[in-house]
Amino acid sequence: MADLPSKVDVAIVGGGPAGLAAATELRRLRAGRVLVIEREAEAGGVPRHCGHSPYGLREFGRPMLGPGYARALVARAEAAGAQLATGVSVTALSDGPRLTVTSEAGTGEIAARLVLLTTGIRETTRAGRMIGGTKPGGVLTTGGLQGLVYGAGLRPFRRPVILGTELVAFSAILTCRHAGIRPVAMVEPGARITARHPAGLLPRLLGIPLHLGTELAAIEGRERVEAVVLRSGGAERRLAADGVIVTGRFRPEATLSREGGLTYDPATGGPEVDEFGRTSDPAIFAAGNLLRPVETAGWCWAEGRAVARAMARALAGELPPPAARRVARAGALAWVVPQRIAGGGSPALGTLQVRAARAASGRLSLSVDGHETAARALRALPERRMLLPLPAGTGLPEVRLVAAP
Amino acid sequence: MPSEPAPPRGPFDVAIVGGGVVGCALARRFALAGAAVVLMEKAPDILDGASKGNSAILHTGFDAPPGSLEAACIAEGYREYEEIHARLGLPLIRSGALVVAWSDEQEAALPSLMEQARANGVSDVAPLTRDETLALEPNLAPSLRASFRVPREGLIDPWSAPLAYLTQAMAHGAEVLRGCAVQGGTREGDLWRLDTTRGDVSARLVINAAGLYGDLLDEALIGRRDFTIRPRRGQFVVYDKPAAALAGHILLPVPTALTKGIVVCRTAWGNLLVGPTAEEQEDRATAPLDHATLDALRAKGEEILPALAGHDVTAVYAGLRPATEEKDYRIKVHEGGSYVTVGGIRSTGLSAALGIAAHVLRLAEEAGHGWQAPNEVAWPRMRNISVAAPRDHESAGNGGIVCHCEQVTRREIEAALSGPLPARSLAGLKRRTRVTMGRCQGFHCSGPLARMTAGAFDTPMAGNG
Repeated sequence: MADLPSKVDVAIVGGGPAGLAAATELRRLRAGRVLVIEREAEAGGVPRHCGHSPYGLREFGRPMLGPGYARALVARAEAAGAQLATGVSVTALSDGPRLTVTSEAGTGEIAARLVLLTTGIRETTRAGRMIGGTKPGGVLTTGGLQGLVYGAGLRPFRRPVILGTELVAFSAILTCRHAGIRPVAMVEPGARITARHPAGLLPRLLGIPLHLGTELAAIEGRERVEAVVLRSGGAERRLAADGVIVTGRFRPEATLSREGGLTYDPATGGPEVDEFGRTSDPAIFAAGNLLRPVETAGWCWAEGRAVARAMARALAGELPPPAARRVARAGALAWVVPQRIAGGGSPALGTLQVRAARAASGRLSLSVDGHETAARALRALPERRMLLPLPAGTGLPEVRLVAAP
Repeated sequence: MPSEPAPPRGPFDVAIVGGGVVGCALARRFALAGAAVVLMEKAPDILDGASKGNSAILHTGFDAPPGSLEAACIAEGYREYEEIHARLGLPLIRSGALVVAWSDEQEAALPSLMEQARANGVSDVAPLTRDETLALEPNLAPSLRASFRVPREGLIDPWSAPLAYLTQAMAHGAEVLRGCAVQGGTREGDLWRLDTTRGDVSARLVINAAGLYGDLLDEALIGRRDFTIRPRRGQFVVYDKPAAALAGHILLPVPTALTKGIVVCRTAWGNLLVGPTAEEQEDRATAPLDHATLDALRAKGEEILPALAGHDVTAVYAGLRPATEEKDYRIKVHEGGSYVTVGGIRSTGLSAALGIAAHVLRLAEEAGHGWQAPNEVAWPRMRNISVAAPRDHESAGNGGIVCHCEQVTRREIEAALSGPLPARSLAGLKRRTRVTMGRCQGFHCSGPLARMTAGAFDTPMAGNG
């Protein structure tokens, strides 16, 4: 652990867009010694493997591909004077705060005045979805597929089924195209495509049959996938395929924060934070997709930068003390972030972010101590961003989505 | 494709058919007794049948039928595991178990179960009231009635243990033939000549440890069978590591005549598992998962530990137990002492394997077999992949972590792909290292792993053609 400092001002766990943006901003604000700890061999996060989406408009003023965007974020953080330690994993988070780290050189400890967790997100796997059938090779998440295709130059299958229709599923289609893989079907349990228009046109353009209202009931095959069983309207049918791409249903990568004893929000799957990105331990902050499933790289970048500003204030002793004022959630809402409001102004998370538990047309409202302070009618879909102003004052806030009858 | 040594012709002293936990323990026991041993496994790697999916518990045998062969083998197997595990670098997490009653009827059954435990030599069982139980395990649902504690039940690594047994056997000259299916055989004089997919193999003593295929092997070799295997499927749900903090003890239900029931326990790797189901099926080869059953298991787990509701499932799996018409093991000497069937080792094989091996060695000696035991015993040490001891990533020169979820290093993977018994399938590599078995199920490590294993497996992770 010779090249790693034992003590820093800010340790950032995770070198994706949120962590790199925060590192850059903290250095700009002269926050002292800032260390970004990245477990992969290269920092940059998820965009490294996305060779096909527009990135960087807000951050760099021009459209970029994922890998170039990731490199630019890294270069910017390094130019700002942040130290990047790659190939280093954080295995435990303890009081202090202290981080237990491990790398090729073995294990070590790093003490920090403040810690920022930006550990990002992962897709729910075949196991997490508890899909039935056998367990042959050739069942991958989008991330796993991209690791094999872009990372290793391999083609794990030729005629897979794609499960899910979130935006990432269309990224899986593009990855397949890149590798000469021809998906035989796209399967969605819901009644409609989850991703926003126009991504939904992609399967039709590429001639991939789309099966809405259809469950992937089972996978067949011993060594490799041979077929899948699709269930729709009570009927089952078998479809020959040699692979399955299980996409989306993102979950925050929250194991470290959870094992570290930070208060966990089962609704988001991440740690609870206040509007400064501060977790239940006031020396530990969180930003980016660890806070909730799932936002764009640009959103995470902006959030990392904003939380970094709050952390600079915390280092200077200028942040309002933590408060236990919780944002209540009612109606058809899946989650709300931030979960707690400390008050005192200049928040890092400038809005209340909520997401619908299911497709619903209705009224989204915010009230404080029973008095409505904001409301609007909307048509809510799961996985779509919905924002409300942060509640002011010192009363108890509640956000509610009431479906129209 | 890597190749193992050319087909040996023998004659061997002992030919063991089946590379499950029982076959591996037999290979060790006979090799340590001085016999020239060959072990044949039809799959590309060992532990590919019944031994690949179980609850990873070292049982005391407290609930076995008193006086049964099973009870005796578990007791002897437990003692030997306790004695040898440290020298082989194997974990034993002494978690203890609680047998928890959830109804009047179950509560009424506890005293007789404790009596049964004492009859099986497990004399340290202790009754606990509801409050005492909750004080020990505060996350248990408060609707429980009472329990008793079995202090010596523990958690082990069900794959490193048999691998250690077989590695020790190999250190004493045992040969291992993988991808070697026994198709038939004849006795010529005092020698068996086995017809296998890797050529003829001859031996003086043949031991059938073919697990789910035990009855079929008996038929092929001795022309009859004393039992019929009835594969019993057990599905499991595995939760992510933060869930392991919810239960210290192994949480057992009050068993029924048919099954030990649904267990909730930590694993040696720091996860929490719920299972198994007990579902009879015809198929001996595959144990399919069923979404509704897994959902029900999950619900059952949350009934026992309500706080499980907020935890992520990271893995699901199913195993097959080689049950027969009878509960007890089916171990029998045939053909004038030249053939031993070790069959019907259902759900307790992991705990009993070393005891079964010792029992079968005695049977062989009684039948007139005998060898000169080596003067010195080799103790190959397994690389620790459990939470019971420091992991490889904590020491320098590990090559960096490849699988982040299970913290598997490049050095560990390289070691598992080389050595006396290299992994020959992704499944075999997983069992040796835990790679890809964590919460992301290969999201991060599939790419690097495909590159590292290129050329090592019979079925590659991914083609590039």
